[in-house]
Parts: sequence; structure tokens; C-alpha cells
Amino acid sequence: MISAAPAANRLAVASQWQLTWWAFKKHKLAMVGFYIVAFLYLIAVIPGFFAMNDPSKQNARAAFHPPQAIHWIDRTPDGGWSLRPHAYGTSLKRDPVSLAAIFTEDPSKKVYVSLFGTGYAYSFFNLATFDRHLIATANPVDQVYLLGTDRLGRCVWSRIMQGTQISLSVGLIGVFLSLLIGIIVGGISGYYGGRLDFITQRVIEFVVALPTIPIWLALAAAVPQDWPATLNYFMITVILSLTGWAQLARVVRGRFLSLRTEDFVMAARLDGVPERRIIFRHMLPSFASHIIASVTLAVPAMILAETSLSFLGLGLQPPTISWGVLLREAQNIRSIATAPWLFAPGFAVVVAVIALNFFGDGMRDAADPYNK
Amino acid sequence: MMDTAIEPRTARTAATGAGDIILSVENLATHFPVRAGIVKAVDDISFDLLRGRTLCLVGESGSGKSVAARSILQIVDTPGRIVAGSIKLRRLGGSVTDLAALHPRSRAIRAVRGAEIAMIFQEPMSSLSPVHTIGDQIIEVLRLHLRMSKQAARARTIELLAQVEIPRPELAIDRYTFEYSGGMRQRAMIAMALACEPSILIADEPTTALDVTTQAEILDLIRRLQQKTGMTVLFITHDMGVVAEIADDVLVMYKGKVMEAGPVEQIFHAPTNDYTRMLIGSVVKLQQKAQARASRPVQISARENIIEVRDLSMHFTSGQNVNKAVDQVSFEVKRGESLGVVGESGSGKTTLGRALLRVYDPNSGSMIYRRADGSTVDLAHAGADTLRQCRREIRMVFQDPFGSLNPRMTVSQIIGEPLLVNGLAKGAALDNRVADLMQQVGLEPAWRERYPHAFSGGQRQRIGIARAIALDPRLIVADEATSALDVSLRSQILDLLMKLQDERGLSFVFISHDLGVIRYMCDRVAVMYRGKFVEIGATDDVCDRPKHAYTQALLSAIPEPDPKRRRIHQRVRYQAEA
Repeated sequence: MISAAPAANRLAVASQWQLTWWAFKKHKLAMVGFYIVAFLYLIAVIPGFFAMNDPSKQNARAAFHPPQAIHWIDRTPDGGWSLRPHAYGTSLKRDPVSLAAIFTEDPSKKVYVSLFGTGYAYSFFNLATFDRHLIATANPVDQVYLLGTDRLGRCVWSRIMQGTQISLSVGLIGVFLSLLIGIIVGGISGYYGGRLDFITQRVIEFVVALPTIPIWLALAAAVPQDWPATLNYFMITVILSLTGWAQLARVVRGRFLSLRTEDFVMAARLDGVPERRIIFRHMLPSFASHIIASVTLAVPAMILAETSLSFLGLGLQPPTISWGVLLREAQNIRSIATAPWLFAPGFAVVVAVIALNFFGDGMRDAADPYNK
Repeated sequence: MMDTAIEPRTARTAATGAGDIILSVENLATHFPVRAGIVKAVDDISFDLLRGRTLCLVGESGSGKSVAARSILQIVDTPGRIVAGSIKLRRLGGSVTDLAALHPRSRAIRAVRGAEIAMIFQEPMSSLSPVHTIGDQIIEVLRLHLRMSKQAARARTIELLAQVEIPRPELAIDRYTFEYSGGMRQRAMIAMALACEPSILIADEPTTALDVTTQAEILDLIRRLQQKTGMTVLFITHDMGVVAEIADDVLVMYKGKVMEAGPVEQIFHAPTNDYTRMLIGSVVKLQQKAQARASRPVQISARENIIEVRDLSMHFTSGQNVNKAVDQVSFEVKRGESLGVVGESGSGKTTLGRALLRVYDPNSGSMIYRRADGSTVDLAHAGADTLRQCRREIRMVFQDPFGSLNPRMTVSQIIGEPLLVNGLAKGAALDNRVADLMQQVGLEPAWRERYPHAFSGGQRQRIGIARAIALDPRLIVADEATSALDVSLRSQILDLLMKLQDERGLSFVFISHDLGVIRYMCDRVAVMYRGKFVEIGATDDVCDRPKHAYTQALLSAIPEPDPKRRRIHQRVRYQAEA
């Protein structure tokens, strides 16, 4: 009846991951999300490559510098033209009355930019130092601010790139910790059931009922201010995962409960398979894909949590750079009026969260190729 | 092809137009575009429905019979759709509508559904709303389609419930779905279908989920309603016994095509098509005992007992209610013997089977198992270690060939698992054992790296059997091992089990609701009713000369695959003493 026999044969030897991937590929929006997420994590691995200027370097002469556009066609005074990307240089004047800085573009001063040029040196996880950048000015002394600068004259574009590393990794590590707690607690609760399950469920309900933001605030306030940035960062992820594990534990428990009564689990028990092997060899593979889907959907929640916490000033502290820390710059009405480009990190958060949600939705749909 | 001379069962009258064509399906094709190509679920079929008669659409799973029926009402599941053909509904007034040309969501087709053509489904629980009373659901139909007032609709509903023989309809109308038994739910579904007095009733496997005695009641009811109202019935079923019992005409389908069509007598007694012959042959084969069993020389009764069960009880308590699933059951199984346990759903037969493997701890009683070395163990009180050893010798074959195989493991992992975890073989030796086992159950060893979903139901059941015999067991508990399979596969699996029995001297406890497969396979049979064995004896004695009234009722409710011997009308009913 099915007219494509070769496809059926191919199906017969496909592994679970291949089946998931085939189902996932059919989900257009999820594929878009997947590519965006992959690109964002590429940035997170090596943010320095995508940055243009040293994200921590201050420049008093360029505070609240507006974004500069890149021009592609370079016209020479004699009327000829060539394809050579460049930005116009700016000069700083002050308003004589308000003393506000006014940057005016000077089309005669051309700052040429190139792909894969050299710029400031950045380290790759303290393993090696590079100075190659995706976009760099031809002369390292000149600076181009694609998304403008903040009040200390730091390049917003470069800081967003740098912030990607922390913001996205907080999501991953936080979810990983939640998952660890969630699988252990949910697994025990679902597999053994009974009284243990009852107690665990009440604990989970208690954790879910806690208002998250006050709890984060209280815990974050308890972290000593003088701790080094890396330790502080680790503590924030732990705090975030302490409230995040409950949802995952519920998912895991539900799967265990439904699988426990399956015939193939009983068959394994009658085969004399030890309990540990039943759990890890027979039950876990059946819902590993579901867990991955829930994890993908939990990551954006973690990113948002870190952003809110840092925005409120209780998460990561400067000089650590994360999207939430960057958004603190946009906390007052003055910055909205004078430098709307400081909201750019918020846009990065939105893109990352939406992309991860699309990706997670696609994963959830694709996770069970048998349920067609 | 159907309008060849057929003897009408009811006298033709001009007023009702009995015997006229009411629905003619011509060159209907319904296709499902899927990833691997186009599935031609219904592939160019034609048939006519005659007024006041019953046409049975019969075929095995995947034959397209349900899709054909659903195409008539345009309720095919997505992505399926009608790609060709016409379905002409001819009304008594003379007007004709082509249902295939109507849009599936049009007002015109909605006016036909329910009002002119009604449908009842296999699973009455999922077709009825759990949060409304039965009465509310029927009243809604009446008010929507016939614009009746509330009082009139309620009165009519009680009338309808009385018509489908629901006891005390004036009380039953305010009950919820879950308060009804399976048979009552199906009656309520029929009442709802009949609410608008349709001229055609489509019944899609309406008795498949029901016990055989309940099935007999429903079949009887449908036929009497048909005689009273003169409606046409399109009955879809895979069960040739049911066909023989109720059909006037039969349409045999296979892989979306019509194999044969004709009056029921002709289909059963003079089939011209090979597939029809095979289908009827496999049903008739299960009417007697297997040849393999008839030719066995040795008297089994002289052998020693392999397991001896005495006064076994297994109760489940929930709150105040005690459900005596197994109640003081005693029996023994001899070496090389097959004991059948037959009973309806809820009789406790599955619990009994599981108790034999100590999946549940029994409340009282003993199960003395004689091990290969002659020592005896009471399984009801055995410790974990002894139990593990005994479970190598007592194995289980499950009902559901889909749920009992881990979908994430390859066939070789599934079959090899018991050998591996019991430390009996590993590496290349394990691989050889698995290949050998697959050969023994009739599977190609080259397929061993495939996952279970690549196999058909019958092949999966063979995988389950290979897993059961991997540890060289002495007793196999088979719980409804053939119930999920098509009838043509059943005898193959049973023959395989008997071949293994002869080769290995296996004993079987064979649990089934189907007396046919037990008669085919088992030496002795125990009839289970409400947790007790009401009768136990040699299969031939129990089947031909039943002593207990329940066994007689059970036997008389089984439809016989012979239209000349319709008997559901004369069946014996069993009233349990409180």
C-alpha cells in the first residue's frame, strides 16, 4: 500500500535520534529557532571574535555616542566608486546652552572596516589569545560603534556580544543543575511511588508555590558582596536552579509513573533485570527525548530569571557583563530620552528567548516519532 | 455487483421501498498522503446498500473497511480525503444527493449526518461525553436536529432508552456515562444514533470491545430494531462469526479493494475469491481442535503435576470495597499440558495469570511448583532469590504485541535481555543464541538489528515468544496472546506455540476470552466467572457438554461462522445468584 519501499527500509534501521531529527526538520519555525540558537551559542563560545571594541574599555570622549551606519559604496572625489565598507567619522561638539554632547558625522573622514581584520586582543577561555575579529576597523586606533555607547563610552555592540556568554551559559548551567535535582527527585518519586511519592509531591508543590522573585532577592542578598565574580556567577545559577527543579521533577515523575505500568517494564522485571538496569536501560531511553524538550523550554525561563535579577541589581555585579547587567543602564527615563540604543540588550533577550521557545516546541513535537 | 438476485428477508412493500437501492457507492477512492508516499486506504470500490437490509463490510485490520464507512459521512481523519468516485444517497421522495461531492464542513453534509445516516463507534466510552448525563446528550441531539421542546425531547429520550432496552429508562436518563456498563453504553450510543430516525445506521465494530455475551445482546438488539424501523445497516467487523449472525449481504475487503461481494450464504458456502476462502478457512480452523493436538500419542493425565494451585485468593482493596479478583481457585497443570482459562473481562483471569508469576502477592493459598530437579517450591511464599530462579522456568507471553516490547531496544537486545541479565550468554555466543531463537519462532535472524516498530503485529508476538523461550522455560503463562491479532494470524501463532510445546515439553496456562482459540489449543479448560472457576474439565467435555449454567450461556453467545446456524436469538442467559 505504501508505494515508497526504500523509505520504509531506511526507517527500519533509523536510530531514535535520526527519527527525531527527521520529524524536527519538518517544523519550519523550529528550524529557524534552531539556527538562531546555534548561532547565539557560537557567539557565547567566542564573543571576542564578534565584538568590535574591547567591551570594558571606556572612552570619555564618546559617552552616549549614537550608533553608526556602515556604508558600502565608497565614492571617490573624481566620481568613481568601489565596494568598500566604511563608516563616517564623527566629531564631538557641545551644545553651548545645555552642554549636551552632539556628535556630527563628517562624510570626508572615512573609517574603513573589513571582515576578519585584526583588532584588540581577547582571550579564548584563558587558553589562547587572538586578535582576529569578524568586523574590524582598518586602523585599530579608529573606532566604530555599531550600536552606540553607554554613559562611559563603552561599545554597546561589543558588550552585548560579551554578555551573550554569561546570559546563555547561566541558562544552560542552571537548567543542568535543575535537571540533576529534578531527575533524582522525580525519578525516586515516580518509580517507588506510595508514601515517598506523596511526600515528594508536597515538597514540590511547596517549592512551586514560593513567589520566585522575593526568594531570589533574599538568596541573592545573602551572597557576600566581596565574593569574586566567578563564584558570584556560580551562586546565581544555583539560586536560579533551586526554584527551577520542581517543574522538571514533575515531568520526570509523570513519565516514570506512566512507564511503570507498561508491559515491557513488567516483562523486564520478569526477565530478572535488576532495578537499576530497569530504570536506566529500559525506562530512561523512552523519555530522554521528552526531558531534552522540557530542558529546551526551561532554558529561556532561566535566561529571563537571570536578566530580571541582574536588572534589579541583585544578580551579577559589574564588571561582569550579562544582558541583565547591561539593561541596568537603561533603568531611568533619562537614558530613554538621550540614548534609546541602550535597550539593544533587551532585543537580544527577546530574540534568544523566542528562538529557544520555537526550538523547544519543535523538539517536543519531534521527541516522540512513534506518536504519529 | 450487489444487486444480483438476493432473497429479501422481509417482504417487499411499496410503502417502505424495502430492497431498493438507498445508497450507491461508485468507484470510491480515499487516499492518505504520508511521508513515504500515498496510502490508498480505499482503492476504487463500488457497492450498493439496499433499503432495510444489512450489509457487512468485513476485512482484517488495515483493509480500509473503516475508512470506507467514514468516507460516506465525510469524517475521514486528516490527511485522508476522497479523491474519486461518488456516493449517491437516494431518498424515498426520489431526490438524490452525491455525498462525495459535498464539502466535509458544509451545511448540506451536516444535515445528512445524524439525521439521515447515523453512526456508532467501537469505543462507547470515548464517543460519549463523561461530564454530561446520558439523557442530556440525547436531548441535545433532539433539540438541535428536530427543534423539540425540552419536555418533548425528554419524553422522547426516555422512549428511545426504552427502545434500546435499557432497564428503568426514567432513572437511567439522569445517569452519567461512567455509571453505565460497556454494553449499556453501546445501547445508549444506539439510542442516540436512532434519535432522528435515520434511514441508514453505520456501525463501526460496535461489539469488538464488548464481551461475547454482551455482544450477543447488542447484535440481537440491532436486528430487532432494524425489523421494527426498516432501517438499513452497514455493519463493519473483522469477526466472521458476527457476519454470519447478522448479515444479509457481505462485502469482503482487503488492502482497500473489494475481494468479493454477495449474499451471506454464498460468501460462506461458495466463496469464489482466494482471500475470502483463506479468511473463512482460518475461522473454521479455529472451530475444532488442532491437528497437532489430535495426533499426540501420550496420555497427559498420567504425567506428574508441574504446578499445583490450592485455594489461591487475590483481593484488591480500595477503601471499603474488596474486589475478590481471584477467589479460592484450585487447579493443577501437568507436564506438557495446556490449560485454558476462559472468562469475560473482569472475571479475574489476567490477575490469576500474573499471580502465578508472583507479580502480585496472593492473599492466601499455595502454588506448589515442581522444579526441573524434582524439588518443590511454594511460589506464594517463596523468597526473592528462589523467585528469581523460578521465573527463569515460568515465563509470560503478553497480550499487547506493541506495549510489551521496549520501543527503544532492537529485537536482538529484547530477545537477548533475559540471557544477558541472568548471565547465561554474552558477546558472540549471545548473538548466536538470539539468531537461533529467532529461527525457532519463524523470524529471519537478519532482522535482529531492527526496532520493534518495523514489525507487524504477528511478528512482534513471535518476538515476545522468542523472549519467553530464551531461558528454556518449563511453564509459559500466555495472557490473551492472540487477542490483538487478525484471525488469519491467530492459528499461525497457536501452531507455533504447539510446535514449541512438542519440541520442548512445555506446559501452558493459556488465558483467553475466546473459546475458539482455547478449543484449538488446550487439553483442558477452566471457565472463570467473578474470580471463581465454575467449571474445569477436558476441553471437548466442557465445550460439547457444559454442566454449569454460565458455561452454557457463554457457549450459546458465541456466534458461529455459519449463516445457516444463527443462534444468538435462542441463546441461554445466565443470571448470577447475588
